[in-house]
Parts: sequence; C-alpha cells; structure tokens
Amino acid sequence: MNLLSGNEAIARAAFDAGATVGVAYPGTPSTETMEAFATFEGVYAEWCTNEKVAVEVGLGAAASGVRVLATMKHVGLNVAADPLFTASYTGVNGGFVILAADDPGMYSSQNEQDSQFYGQAALVPVLSPSDAQEAYDFTRDAYGLSERFDVPVIIRSSVRISHTKTRVEVREREAFAPKAYESNPAKWVMMPAFAKPRRLVVLKRVEEMRDWVETCPYNRQEMRDRAIGIVCAGASYQHVREALPDASVLKLGVTWPLPEKALRAFEDEVDRVYVIEEGSDYLTQAVKATGVTVHETPRPLSRAGELSPGAIRTAFGIEEPPHRSMRSDLPGRPPALCPGCPHRLVFRELSRLRAIVTGDIGCYTLGALPPLGGMDTCVCMGASVSMAHGFELGLKAPGRQDSAKRPRPVVAVIGDSTFMHSGLSSLVSTIYNAGAGTVCILDNRTTAMTGRQGNPANGVTLQHRTSHEIDLEAVVRACGADAVSVVDPQDAAAVRSALKEATSNGTRLDVIIFKSPCVLLERKNEPPFTVTSACTGCGVCATLGCPAIASDPETGLSSIDPVQCCGCGQCAQYCRFDAIKQD
Amino acid sequence: MTLHDSPLAAPSMSGSSDTTTVLLCGVGGQGTILAAQILAQVYLAQGFDVKVSEIHGMAQRGGSVTTVVRFGNEVHSMVADLGCAQVIVSFETTEALRNLPYLAEGGSLIVNDEAVKPLPVLTGKAQMPHTARADLLALGASLVPSARIARTVGNAKTANVVLLGALSTALAALPQSWEEAISLKVPQKTVDLNINAFYAGRDYMLSERRN
Repeated sequence: MNLLSGNEAIARAAFDAGATVGVAYPGTPSTETMEAFATFEGVYAEWCTNEKVAVEVGLGAAASGVRVLATMKHVGLNVAADPLFTASYTGVNGGFVILAADDPGMYSSQNEQDSQFYGQAALVPVLSPSDAQEAYDFTRDAYGLSERFDVPVIIRSSVRISHTKTRVEVREREAFAPKAYESNPAKWVMMPAFAKPRRLVVLKRVEEMRDWVETCPYNRQEMRDRAIGIVCAGASYQHVREALPDASVLKLGVTWPLPEKALRAFEDEVDRVYVIEEGSDYLTQAVKATGVTVHETPRPLSRAGELSPGAIRTAFGIEEPPHRSMRSDLPGRPPALCPGCPHRLVFRELSRLRAIVTGDIGCYTLGALPPLGGMDTCVCMGASVSMAHGFELGLKAPGRQDSAKRPRPVVAVIGDSTFMHSGLSSLVSTIYNAGAGTVCILDNRTTAMTGRQGNPANGVTLQHRTSHEIDLEAVVRACGADAVSVVDPQDAAAVRSALKEATSNGTRLDVIIFKSPCVLLERKNEPPFTVTSACTGCGVCATLGCPAIASDPETGLSSIDPVQCCGCGQCAQYCRFDAIKQD
Repeated sequence: MTLHDSPLAAPSMSGSSDTTTVLLCGVGGQGTILAAQILAQVYLAQGFDVKVSEIHGMAQRGGSVTTVVRFGNEVHSMVADLGCAQVIVSFETTEALRNLPYLAEGGSLIVNDEAVKPLPVLTGKAQMPHTARADLLALGASLVPSARIARTVGNAKTANVVLLGALSTALAALPQSWEEAISLKVPQKTVDLNINAFYAGRDYMLSERRN
C-alpha cells in the first residue's frame, strides 16, 4: 500500500478507469493532479489557456466517446461554469469527470468558495471524498456514473484532501473501449428548440439520480452514541471523527443530490442532528431543505477559514487541551519575490510613479506587499486589464471634484500565463473601446506560482509535444495597441523610462512586455554581490524587498547574504554610492 | 513494538488516543516536505495508518510552512490542533516559537539552531525575538546545530535529515526502519550521505541527553 495525495489518487483513478484525455489549467490546490495524469502511458494531457477552454475541450472529447479528466481549482470552476451548466443539458457520451479543488483557509487563493453549489445549480452530481482512498474510489466509479446518467460528474476536493497523503489501495486498470459517436443535434445543439426538450431530460435525470443516491454506498450511517447525530462530508468528516469519536455520523460521499430518505431516517435514529461543514453553509441549507431539523452547535462555528477538530470540540463545549498562547512579539513571515525575480524592479518603479496599479493573479501579486507596495487591486484572472480600463473611465468622469492636479497614471500588471488565460479578451475590449492607459505584461516565460508549468507564451506543453510559442508582441500589435515595446525588466533604467514614457500620455494605450525568465527556471547563479565600506546606510537597496538584502536596524548599513544572492545585480543599479559590488 | 515505547512520545491528550502527531515547520525551501515523507514512510512500512498534510503554493516563496504527519492504528484528521502535537520539529527558531501553541503538554520540541530573518526584519520594519534561543531552552527544547552537523557529514543540504535523526530519539521506531525509509525516499546517489546525516543527528541528540 502506498501513500498518495488526493490529487495523485484522482489522477491514478482516472487512468485506471481508462480515461485517455486530460485537460486543465494549473491552480493550487489542484495542479499536481494533471501533472500526475500526464505521466501515465498512453494518455494525452494538456494545459489549456483557461478552465472554460479545458471543460470545452473535455466535453468535445467526451462527446466523441472517450473518458476524460478535467482538473481545476475552485475559482477555475467559475471560469468553466458556462460550459458546465449546458454540459448538464447535452450530457457526455464518454465519462467526463471534473475535479474542483476548494481552498478553505485561502492558503493560495483570493477567496473561499464551495464548489458544491455548482453541482446543485447545474444539476450535476458532486462526489466529496474524505481521504485519498475515497478520492481514488469515487473518481474511478465516477466514470461509470457519468455514463450511466449521461452527465458530467464533479469531484469536490479541498486543500486537505488534495494535499494530504493517505494510504491508497489501487485496483486493476480497466480497458475502456471508446464509445461510438453519431451526430445528434437534438442532444448536442443547444438552441431553444432542442434545449427545451433537453431541459426535461435533465429534470427526469435528477429524479433518477435522487433514487440512486438513496442506496449509494458512499453515504453511510455510523451509529454510535445517539444523543448527537452529525451530517458531514469531505475533510470535515475526518475532523468530526477526531473531535467527537462517540458521535453518530451520517457520512455523505455524494453531496448533491442528497439522500433525502436516508437523512430523515438518520434524524429518526438520533436525538439531535447537526451539520458540520467548512467554507459555506451549503450542506446545512440543503439538509434543512429535506425537512430535517438541523440544530445549531452549542457554541457558534465560524464559516470563515478552515475547520479543525479543535474548532468542532469548542463548538460542542469541550475544553481545548492545555497549550501555550500565541506570542505577539514574533515578526510575520510573508512570502516574498525571490532574489533575482524579474518582477521586482517593475513594482519598485511603479511605486515611484505613484501609479494606480491594477494587479492580477500570480507570483507578482506579492508586489502588493511592503516594501514594494506597488499594487492597488487584485481580484481574478485577467481583471487587471479590464479594471484598469474601468479606473480610466471613472477617473475621467465629468463632474469629479477630487481630480488632482497631477492625476495618477493607471497601470495594469499581468503575467504571461494570466494574460493568455483571460487578459487577452480584456485587452481586446479596451482597445476596441479606444481605452487609454498602460498594460504591463510580466512575461517571465512560465506559469511560476503554481510550479513553473508551460503556457502558450512559452510554447512548452504538459507532455513536451511539439508546440507553437505564441508571440505576445505580435498578438498585442495585431490587436491594435497604440504603442508596444519589449523591455528587459532586470535593467532599472530601461524599466523606468519605459514606464515614464507610457504613462506620460493620457490618451494612448501602451503595452509594455517585460520579458525575462523566472529565476527558478534556469537557476544560474552568478557570483554574489557584496556591500562595500562605501555604504552610507541610505536604505534604498532595502526598499527593493530582496530576501538577500538586510539593513542593520542600528546603523542602517546594508549587507547581502551570499547564499541567497543570485548575482542579479538589481540592487547595484539602485546604489547611488557605488557600494554594491560583485565578487 | 508499540508507538509509545519512548517516554517522549506520550499519547495524545485528545482526539483518537493512539494517534501520534508530529508537526514539522520552517521556512519555504528548507526541506520539510521530504523530511515528512521519510517520517511517514517509517510508520507506513510498519503497517500503521499514516496521514501527511502539506501546504503548497503561495505559502512557499520564503513564507512560513508547516507539514503535519500523523500516525496510529486509525488516523482521522490530517491537521494538528492546539496542544495536540507530541513532537514539533522546527527548522528555524522563530517558527518554533510561532508553532508552540500546537505542542502537547509534555511534548518534545526539536529545533534547528538557526534563525532566518523574514523580510519585515530584513527591511527594518520588525525585530527578531532576541531571547528566542533562551526561551526555547527554558521550554526544554533541544537545539540542534543541524547545518554544522550536516557539513561535517559532507553536505549542508542534508540538514533536514540530521533533524530527522534528532527526531528519531523521540519516537519508538528503530534506526533500521529509518534507514530503509531514507533509502526509499532520497535520490539513490545520496542514500549513504543521508543515512550518515541521520545518524549524526541521532548521535548528537543522544549525547546531549547524556550530558
């Protein structure tokens, strides 16, 4: 028996179920799933430009009759929601399983969402594994389920399922013979005349799934002390078992549709029913809707953040074990841009410009943190470009009383992969509407934050097949941007003058492509820099936020850690006293 | 052999009573995840239920990281709760202090004797806790100079395995089990180096305890 993460188990299960096509866009905590799937023999796997594209490619492949795995993080399912809702109407042909990996606690996300709502809204079944073995079993069986009901199936994971390794026993791989495809516009062309009858098919299927779920072995009653009966699923089930080992549990493996009869039968068996879940009140509301009386925990359980056994114990009035309290005098340890990161100087210069910077999703979001502090907004993939257009419109609105004498320039900052994901359509919209402003594409030649995956702008594919590297400069020029330049972001003077030039014109739309590879791609270490006795302690180099540079709190003098320094020379360009030299 | 032969690995105060919780913490990139995988392999090979919970993504890039390994006859939750970790292995002194609330009463605290300044300290906006070492020693922590020990073994990159050697003295598994787990989890060319690092860490702890 091996230890597998939930992500590895899902990938292995899809392979063992005979899935041969994998589609995804990377996103924590889902990324390793498609990376693992891509390593299996005989499968085709690709990074798509975004999750909507992935689900559409997946739906096409499923329609043709093969089994397909699509993987994404919770916010990726927002992007993919459009095809998902109508895939519920068309059905699938070959089995189609979609992993949605939620991030309660927001370890690496901009919000907390519960993907179970999507199953309920799109009328697509949701399986919620509580460990890697269930992730394997549920995913494996999801293919048969998908074909039986002719519907995509969502595997709802969360960070503690996807990134927790548990013991997994795998079963023998099954051969899957692709199903035949025959044209059937009434099933696949979702225009009103065909979609209306399909709507009835969907509703009939829901009834059939409600019957199936009543006897599905993934939902099980565990009867212990009958005073407390807890309905739970996923990671929450494990926390409940830990916190309240004597409580009776209705453990749900299918969280949409719910087994209404089984829930009511459970209510009859116990004194009080509680629902324990994290991240939302999805399950609580859904259980209440079946007519079961759901009791409030004696003390409230926060909806914010991750659940833990301790939080559940506290909610039921059980004292925490003795422990020391958190010290208040410890310095925080936020993540930071790496030494040598090509994003650093762009943010440094944007700070100097007092620009309103609309940011985006990626490593460069760290440019928002001090000392760089060079970002005003970060919302979702691609929003930097569209929000910059919105800022421009709003700041130029007639009748504003707060217009400063020197208006702040508006600059969008977006990475290469994020630009390809969603930024391109925003840029086209801005250009079409003759918008002004500056768009910086931080092209570090990779999708860095999720672990350096390939993307269209670097032409590296998941399985290293022959590819086409999309020429960002040519694309942007073809869109009709007023001015396009390619600048080396490691050259401080070039960054400064490019940004100054672009932001000095109030009517033009400038696109600057800052092109330099992520330092983690090549890891070529040049000799480190050191600070000489010429240092005056002015502190300018410390404003770069490089983890290799320290300034002495007493004297203000700087020093460079030779182990961390990669020899990029960014700091030396800012030293007015020529006190930073390469060894 | 039972899980709790060692006096340092007392059963949990709460939760599933036979489950041992080891929390490994440090700074992104220090090798906590490999160390956790080796520890997990030791107990997996002995037939125990094991769960290893890692945090990836934005938490890396020099931020604080924690990995939790739990093992026993049947392990439920994968997270460490306040006051529930029998052992904390910290790869950095400030992170040891940060994770103290997780330590169970009577639990062991094994700390790499190294302070890594976070960015707010480097830029002069915050200060390191000046009494960190003294505070840790007062709490009964074992401070292990793992980088120095790793260098004497031949490679500073084995500091994480030196810490595992120190950890092994707080758990019941035999050194042979650790050797087998290390052999499975590290690159083939570095097996001997890592096993030497393991024993160097273990010997350091045992001799410290005698003194």
